[in-house]
Amino acid sequence: MNPMLEQTWRDPPGFLGALAAIDHKAIGKRYIVTAFCFFLAAGVLAALMRLQLARAESTLIGPDLYNQLFTTHGTAMMFLFAVPVMQGMAIYLVPLMVGARAIAFPRMNAFAYWIYLFGGLFLFVSLLLDIGPDNGWFSYVPLAGPQYAPGKRADVWAQMITFTELSGLLAAIAIIATVLKLRAPGMTLARLPLFCWAMLVTQFMILFAMPAVMLASTALILDRLVSTHFYNPAEGGDALLWQHLFWFFAHPEVYFIFIPGLAFMSSIIPTFSRRPIYGYPAIVLSLTSTAFLSFGLWVHHMFATHIPDLGKSFFTAASMMIAIPTAIQIFCWIATMWTGRLEVRTPMLFSLAFFFILVLGGLTGIMVASVPLDLQLHDTYFVVAHLHYVLIGGAVFPLFGAWYYWFPKITGRLMSERLGRWQFWLFFIGFNVAFYPMHHLGLQGMPRRVYTYPADMGWQPLNMLATAGAVLIVVSVLLFMVNALRSYRGGMRAGENPWGAGTLEWASASPPPAYNYDRPPVVRARDPLWEPISEPPAEPTQVIGLAERVREVLVTTVLDAMPSHRLVFPHPSLWPFLSAVTVTVFFIGSIFTPWAVLWGGIPVAIAVTLWFWPKRAETLEHLAVEKRP
Amino acid sequence: MPPQHVLGSVGPQALAIERLWWLTLIICTVVFIAVLAAVAWALFRAPRGDLTTPPDLSSMTRPERGAAVGIVAAITLCALLLVVLTIASFSTDRALASLGAPSLEIEVTGHQFWWEVRYSDTDPSRSFTTANEIHIPVGRPVLIKLKAEDVIHSLWVPNLAGKKDLIPGRDATLTLRADKPGTYRGQCAEYCGAQHAKMAFLLIADPPEQYEAWAAAERKPAREPGEAEQRRGRDLFVNGRCGMCHAVQGTSAAARYGPDLTHFASRQTLAAGMLPNTVGHLAGWILDPQSIKPGANMPANPMQPAELHALLAYLGTLK
Repeated sequence: MNPMLEQTWRDPPGFLGALAAIDHKAIGKRYIVTAFCFFLAAGVLAALMRLQLARAESTLIGPDLYNQLFTTHGTAMMFLFAVPVMQGMAIYLVPLMVGARAIAFPRMNAFAYWIYLFGGLFLFVSLLLDIGPDNGWFSYVPLAGPQYAPGKRADVWAQMITFTELSGLLAAIAIIATVLKLRAPGMTLARLPLFCWAMLVTQFMILFAMPAVMLASTALILDRLVSTHFYNPAEGGDALLWQHLFWFFAHPEVYFIFIPGLAFMSSIIPTFSRRPIYGYPAIVLSLTSTAFLSFGLWVHHMFATHIPDLGKSFFTAASMMIAIPTAIQIFCWIATMWTGRLEVRTPMLFSLAFFFILVLGGLTGIMVASVPLDLQLHDTYFVVAHLHYVLIGGAVFPLFGAWYYWFPKITGRLMSERLGRWQFWLFFIGFNVAFYPMHHLGLQGMPRRVYTYPADMGWQPLNMLATAGAVLIVVSVLLFMVNALRSYRGGMRAGENPWGAGTLEWASASPPPAYNYDRPPVVRARDPLWEPISEPPAEPTQVIGLAERVREVLVTTVLDAMPSHRLVFPHPSLWPFLSAVTVTVFFIGSIFTPWAVLWGGIPVAIAVTLWFWPKRAETLEHLAVEKRP
Repeated sequence: MPPQHVLGSVGPQALAIERLWWLTLIICTVVFIAVLAAVAWALFRAPRGDLTTPPDLSSMTRPERGAAVGIVAAITLCALLLVVLTIASFSTDRALASLGAPSLEIEVTGHQFWWEVRYSDTDPSRSFTTANEIHIPVGRPVLIKLKAEDVIHSLWVPNLAGKKDLIPGRDATLTLRADKPGTYRGQCAEYCGAQHAKMAFLLIADPPEQYEAWAAAERKPAREPGEAEQRRGRDLFVNGRCGMCHAVQGTSAAARYGPDLTHFASRQTLAAGMLPNTVGHLAGWILDPQSIKPGANMPANPMQPAELHALLAYLGTLK
């Protein structure tokens, strides 16, 4: 513990201090906990839907509420849970893994969190007020257009997109800058942990994909608010344009939920196989090629529209091809386990489940990549099964594994292994009982997004089974919460590196101090903690000479991580929070009146101006540090 | 309930897709088992370590030829299987598009939450319109023109063929052929609003001569009702609220907002395939459609029992 550094880097105490916090660990934890709460809320909605569907012609939940439930479930899971929770994991872990004192653009990062929180609350409060969106998480026009969706439900959806996209883009910029510019000296790109590679790739995908949906949803709001006709066929607009723009974003979105799952796998498997990962370059290239290919698949969500057949076949071929980079990574992990010495702990169990669930989901993905098969399976329960196998198997199972794996780093205490195993088996069995039967329901002709079905269709037994599986999932998630809370209070002390892992975050204390490292490390290997260091070291092993009384960090070069210059980071500040409040007022107001764009813009401009107003004392201090650190 | 199953093909298209399904399923199952076997074998053969086991760094200096060969072989095999599946998919595509010249054109328009089915003819007097039932002759390719009046819907009869979207402003077509006579259920497959779940229809494939007889009957205007009560019902229909949305050919009711009811009594179902077309269900539907399909566009029609009986009697004559 270095009191001087602690004094310099810690967030201020108290309630106002919490609002001003910019430490990436505080913000990362908030992201993770908030996203988990939205996961629970969206999970409750799913459980309600399963209750309704358990019996044919059930009158438990009517169509109006059911349609809000499935829309909010999908929207919240995709926009408020899956993407932000992965960014939260990256915000917490990436600076530690690259040996940095902080995340780049820390105030902007805090601002991104507040925008995300307010956008998420906006969606759920709307649902409670019975103005929850009810046009599906894809919000197709004209159903979501002014003529067929009167009221504010569709606007709530579209503006929630604006919130989450704004926060997602800002967080992506912070993570990219951290990976590229704040790495420890010596951590060349070829030594970058696979976790950081995956997060880097993901954040670039977010930068390229999210503007498409932001454009689309803004045009939708304009159609609804000021009667533009982007999507109105009667006025020369186009209903299909929406689908292109939406899926150009939403297909890559599946991959930027899934690639962080791969990041967790590539962190957990080597540790529990007691060897470096097999095929590091192949995995890096697979991650990047997945990112590129994922932008060429979007039309496979639109095979049932009348896009010309030749055009569709390119998308079939691309959708088949994307299986290859994922297969390469799966084989590399199997090779790592095959040649390692295994210790199967809870994080590893969740990783092993990936091989069962994600592979099955990937194979059904190959089925729906084919135009003829998709024409039968599209928009049926087969696709519901497929997407949950891919997203839960590819992202949520590894995420639970990751939580067990990094919980000791974040809290300083290990989670219970016994409860962990119970939770795993309940989740694994519950998941398969809930979702496997849906494949059969789809083949039996059951369409998606139906609030009920006739009794003599014969769909009831499998639906009942699926609901029973959902009950097991609920129990499993409750067990996880019990485990997390109990372990947080009284779990076994973890120490710095409870798993004997090789990446840099395990060199810091658990939980890490505000400044992450007493002296930032110098790196000379991919798994720095596993490399033996010659005594006495031939080269420096730590960065020295950074100022301790101001927030000074070392900036390094993009490719080789050579020290480049010193930079002073900003203090905690209330302005990111206050700016987020003004932006929230602006966003919510502008679904009611276009005037909110004008009047709402003024407080935003004032808050942001004050945020960036230069302070003479700070400038003088920075100049002094520059001259004499 | 008539069948609605992907693997119960009664037409060449569903059959081609069913064959592709089995091929894909077999290949995918083999791959799935192979991957799980490799994982299981890795778990079984790898020696156990624990968290204090020093990491084995030998791979950093010594190439691992065995694993490399295994992975390259497995990836090559995967790529080959993907090529096989892609070619199979493309050739199925081709088969789906080569049904031959259609002998009949039907225009299907999607509405929230019912299907308008129009049989057009170059001679307008031979054109007619029905709803929620598509009759086709067995063994002949039929061209279906797909239109949407309000939002996007999707026409899907799994026993015959894959689905196709009905998108406002973008007309599409779908060619179908049924090789076995029978009644097959179809359902809207694109979420279209409150009552998407209750937007079904029947596809009835009849032997050609039976189809012709049906079409001939459909072309005729509604018969003049014989009994006094039926005539009173007709007047209620035409002059009351019914005629504001529905049409009955041969009367002055010609509105197109709701389904054409000219030969309503010959249809098997009510409310877009949701209820059997019986007098009891019909009475319930007329009086309070919102309790059966909340959010549907048909309003409640409270009326005196005598009026209802007359109306039911009239609707019963629309054979």
